[in-house]
Amino acid sequence: MFEPVLLKNINTPDSHRIEVYLKNGGYQALPSALKMQTDALIQMIKDSGLRGRGGAGFSTGLKWSFITKDPTIPKYLCCNADEGEPGTFKDRAIIEKDPHELIEGMAVACYAIGAKAGYIYIRGEFACGAKRLEQAISEAYKKGYLGKNILNTNFNCDLYVHKGAGAYICGEETALIESIEGKRGQPRIKPPFPAQVGLFAKPTVINNVETLACIPHIINKGPKWFASIGPEKSPGPKIFGVSGHVKRPGLYELPMGTSLREVIFTHAGGIRDGRKFKAAIPGGVSAPMLTEKDLDTSMDFDSMAAKGTMLGSAGVIVMDDTTCMVKVAMRTMGFFRHESCGKCTPCREGTDWTYKVLRRIEHSQGKEGDVELLESLCGNIFGRTFCPLGDGAVMALRGALKNFRDEFEYHVKNKRCAV
Amino acid sequence: MLSTKAIENIKKAIDKYPRKRFASMDALMIAQEECGCLTEEVLREVAHMLDIAPVQLNQVAAFYTMYNKKSVGKYHIQVCTNVPCSLLGAEHIAEFLSKKLGVKKGETTPDKRFTLSEVECLGSCGTAPMMQINDDYYENLTEENIEEILKGLK
Repeated sequence: MFEPVLLKNINTPDSHRIEVYLKNGGYQALPSALKMQTDALIQMIKDSGLRGRGGAGFSTGLKWSFITKDPTIPKYLCCNADEGEPGTFKDRAIIEKDPHELIEGMAVACYAIGAKAGYIYIRGEFACGAKRLEQAISEAYKKGYLGKNILNTNFNCDLYVHKGAGAYICGEETALIESIEGKRGQPRIKPPFPAQVGLFAKPTVINNVETLACIPHIINKGPKWFASIGPEKSPGPKIFGVSGHVKRPGLYELPMGTSLREVIFTHAGGIRDGRKFKAAIPGGVSAPMLTEKDLDTSMDFDSMAAKGTMLGSAGVIVMDDTTCMVKVAMRTMGFFRHESCGKCTPCREGTDWTYKVLRRIEHSQGKEGDVELLESLCGNIFGRTFCPLGDGAVMALRGALKNFRDEFEYHVKNKRCAV
Repeated sequence: MLSTKAIENIKKAIDKYPRKRFASMDALMIAQEECGCLTEEVLREVAHMLDIAPVQLNQVAAFYTMYNKKSVGKYHIQVCTNVPCSLLGAEHIAEFLSKKLGVKKGETTPDKRFTLSEVECLGSCGTAPMMQINDDYYENLTEENIEEILKGLK
């Protein structure tokens, strides 16, 4: 039985308070980190093998190392807490139940990259989470873990909470930066990358909540301990969020690389109401779905990519044999259509068009050639957009078409559902 | 007109950022909490505090779904109908609420108590179906517990 690391305190009463965090060994990593040279600290994170938990899986230590060492240039840390990928609800647990784990991780990260300020971009709907964070930040200031001359060193660090206002696209890092700058959340063209020109046009690191929450544990237990959990190339504890047609939906913290089958059938209790498994979306709706034959795939960045999908946020959406894939695809594309920021044409028009075609198929008005039309639309969106939103939409739709093409064709031909 | 308290809160928000205009999102939310919705007049006043043109602020307000351009009821009920909630009957929940309140989605009851909206994922998929009423999440919804929740709202 794997002992939870990131979520170990969430069921403790008042786990969001600093006293409880301290009692459970909190704020021991920050003093250790402040005794280290920043280069050694960044090397330690590299050695741990930690890869970004927001979905892209980029090496966190490497990301930190891209930031200039020039002390005259201000630098910033942003925490991406704009958790909005449908099927994902892991960061909310850390934010509401163990905010100090995140704050300590952020303080260490700020020290490592030489940032004097960090912004937590939290989605506007997480009102409770934002309050908890503000309260926790104020507690940390009072105890001297934030502010000026932290723990009697010359390290200064301020953290701020920035509340979003309901835009999925702000989870994209450059849109997130635009949004903190008080603008419409529309992505910027890259390069320049945020490590060179980021928040307020300064070098910036953007890390996901779960990524930053791993940091104190890596400092306390060592990079070797972290690297020893799960697959060599994407190690560490990982929070899997399981939703949909399972007996026990919820969060399960398990070693990276646990099989999809084990996550769904052992931990989440298998399919509810005596139904059969049909498909699972492994990492939030953008991730192409997997079917029965892929259940034994290891849930880590590389194994998921090898199957043509992605680990993403590890938000596993499980569907039983009563699920109509045309409806799922329509609802998914309806989401992307709503959330497309409108900046570039292939995404704005493409998601709208695919949604409309799917809607007519679902409502028994599909025309011959509609499935081919969807495929052609996908080809005209994928790889032609400013940011990954359009690609994510196409990946999701292509996943459904690849695995369940016959259902789409049945709908078009018979004007009704095969399920 | 914004109250002294709202003006103070906007000033505090400005302190979080290197430039005044960067505080536009916080400022919009503070103004909305006080005024209910963001009218042209409110936008003008906030823009003035941030040293930007009202049109600049308006384009921000228009982009994000949580800024209300028209007033909503005392209780804003937002039902998630995204995939994980939909798999567990979110459309049925939305329909039930619609019948119960006698309004379609996007509408407000004549007594201005309830506004019903369908929204995208609220990050509560493990406890689907769910809805948000003002700041609070209500999870694992059934017809029965919705009745109870609505009764509890004064």
